[in-house]
Amino acid sequence: MIIFSILAAVAVFSAVMVITRKSPISSAIYLIVLMCSLAGLFALQGAFFIAALQVIVYAGAIMVLFIFVIMLINLRDNDFGIDKRKIQKYLGFIFAAVILLQAVFITGWAMKEFSNETESAMSSEFYQSPVDSLDQEDYLSAESVAENLFMRFAYPFEVTSILLLAAIIGAFVIARKSDPIDDEGEET
Amino acid sequence: MIVESILIILKVVVIFAALMTGVAYSTYFERKVVAFIQHRIGPNMTGPFGLLQPIADAIKLLFKETFIPNMSDRFLFTIAPMISFVAACMTLAVIPVGDWLNIGGQRIQLIISDLNVGILYILAVTSLGIYGIILAGWSSNSKYSLLGGLRSSAQMISYEVSIGLGIVGVLMLSQTFSISEIVRQQSGSIFNWYFFKQPVAFFIYFISALAETNRNPFDLPEAESELVAGYHTEYAGMRFSIFFMGEYANMITVSAIASSLFFGGWNGPFLPPVIWFVIKVIMFMFIFIWIRGTLPRFRYDQLMRFGWLILFPLGILNILITALILVL
Amino acid sequence: MPGLTHYLILAAALFALGMFGLLTRRNAVGVLMSIELMFNAVNINFVAFSRFLTPEALTGQIFAVFIITIAAAEAAVGLAIVMLIYRNFRGIEVDKINFMKW
Repeated sequence: MIIFSILAAVAVFSAVMVITRKSPISSAIYLIVLMCSLAGLFALQGAFFIAALQVIVYAGAIMVLFIFVIMLINLRDNDFGIDKRKIQKYLGFIFAAVILLQAVFITGWAMKEFSNETESAMSSEFYQSPVDSLDQEDYLSAESVAENLFMRFAYPFEVTSILLLAAIIGAFVIARKSDPIDDEGEET
Repeated sequence: MIVESILIILKVVVIFAALMTGVAYSTYFERKVVAFIQHRIGPNMTGPFGLLQPIADAIKLLFKETFIPNMSDRFLFTIAPMISFVAACMTLAVIPVGDWLNIGGQRIQLIISDLNVGILYILAVTSLGIYGIILAGWSSNSKYSLLGGLRSSAQMISYEVSIGLGIVGVLMLSQTFSISEIVRQQSGSIFNWYFFKQPVAFFIYFISALAETNRNPFDLPEAESELVAGYHTEYAGMRFSIFFMGEYANMITVSAIASSLFFGGWNGPFLPPVIWFVIKVIMFMFIFIWIRGTLPRFRYDQLMRFGWLILFPLGILNILITALILVL
Repeated sequence: MPGLTHYLILAAALFALGMFGLLTRRNAVGVLMSIELMFNAVNINFVAFSRFLTPEALTGQIFAVFIITIAAAEAAVGLAIVMLIYRNFRGIEVDKINFMKW
C-alpha cells in the first residue's frame, strides 16, 4: 500500500506537471517520470512483462521520439503553456472534472455491486499479495502473455503488425520533404 | 533478515567499488593499449608504469571549475550526466559475477538481484540511458551539443533494436529471461557457450553494443573533427568526468553482458568463477580498445544504413533460422 | 494492499488530467503528449482489471500490449504530421492552422 501510494502520488503529480509546464522539454520529462512510475505500478501487480514493455517502448522509444521532434523544430518556451483564453480553460476544466466525477462515481457504484461476488475471489490466498507469490506470478507473466498473444490473439496480433507497417509508411511519407530523393529516415 | 540486508548492501558496495576501480583503470588501460598500437609509451610518469595516472586525472577533474553556460537549462544540465551514469551502473545489478558461495554456513549468490526478468530489465535501463545524452545536448544550448545529442539519440535508438534482436537469439535457446539461469546453462564444456550456438547473434550484439556505447567506429556523436566533442562540449570538471565515467561504466557493463550471455559468464576451469568473469570482461574491453585503435570512423549516413539495412535484417533472419531449427 | 478501486480512481484522475491538457493545449506536441497520458491511464485500467478480475486469462495485459503498440504508431504518425505542419506554417499552434476555415 505504501509503495502504491508513493507511485500513485508521483504519477498524479507528474501528470499535473505534464499539462501545466511552460517548457515542452520539461513537460516531456515529467511524462517520462509518469511512465516509469506506472511501470512500477504494473510491476506491483505482477505484470512484469508489461512493466518492462512500458519502460522500453513508452519511455525508451516514444518519448525519445517526442524529445527528438521538440529538438528538431527547436521548440523553446513560446506559447507551450495552457491556453490563455479563459473560455477554453474553463470549459476544459469543467469537461475534465465532469469526466473525472463520472468515472469515480461509476467506479464506486460498480464496486459496490461487484464487491459481494468478487470479495472472496480477490482475497483468496494466491492473489492476496503479489509479493508473496512473486515467482509464480512473473513466470505467469512473461510466458503466458506470449501464449495468449500468439495463440488466442494471433489474428489481432497480425493485424497490429499491418497497422505498424502502415504507420511507418505513413510517417515516412508525411514527414518526407517534397523532394523525393532526399530521404531523412524517420523511424519509429 | 538483518544478515540478508547487510549482505545486499555489502554486495552493492563491493560491486560498485569494483566498477569504479574498473572505470578508473580502463582509462589507463585504454591509453596504454592505444599507445602501444601507435608505437608510443603512454602514461608512465605518475607512479610505477604510470599506474597512478587515473588518480591524478580524477584529482585534476575534481578541482576544475564547474561551468554552466549562459542560457542553458541549469537543472537539466546538472542532471543529465547523472542520468547516463546511473543508468550505466544500474545494469550491473542483474549480472552474476559468480556462482553460489558458501561462507560460514551462509549461501551467497554473487549477484545483486537475481531478477527473473533480468534481460528485460537490462533493455529497459539501457533505453533510459539515452536521456542523459539527449538532455545534455538540449540543455547546453549550443549547436554542437544539440547536433551531437540528436545524432547519438538517433544512433542509439536504431542500434537498440539490433541489440534486442541479438539477445532474442539467445533467449530462444535458453527459454528464460534470468541471466544467472542463462549462465548456468552454459556450464560444462566450452561448446555449451551460446557463442558457438549463436555466432551471428553475438556479432550483431557486439557491433550494436559498440554503437550503443558510442565507441569507435561509431563515435559520431563526439566526432572531434566536426562536432568539437558532441553532447558534452559544454561540460567541464566534475560533470564532464561523470559523463566520462558513465561511458566507461557502460563499456564495462556491455562487456559483462556479452560475456554472460555468449561466453559463459563465470564458467571456466581451475580458477575461481569471479576471476574467470573478470578475465572475460577484460578481454572484451581489450577488443573495444583494439577496435578503437584500428578502425576509422563511419560517416553518419553509412552508420544509419548499416544499422537498418544490414544489422536489422540479419538479426531477423537469425531469429527466423533459429526458430526453424528449434521447431524442426 | 491496494484494491481494484484504487487503481481505477488513479486511472480516472490521470485520464481527466489528460483530457484537460488535451482541451487546453494549443501546441500540437502538447496535445499529443496529453493523448499519450490518456493512453497510459487506460493501460492502468486494463492491467488492473486483468489482475483483479481475470487473473488466469491475462486478457487485459494483452490489451495493454496492443495499446502500447498503437500508441507507438500514433506517436510516429502524429509527430510526422507535427513536422509537416512546422515546415508549412513555421509554428505548431493548432488553432493557427485554419486554411480550411473561411
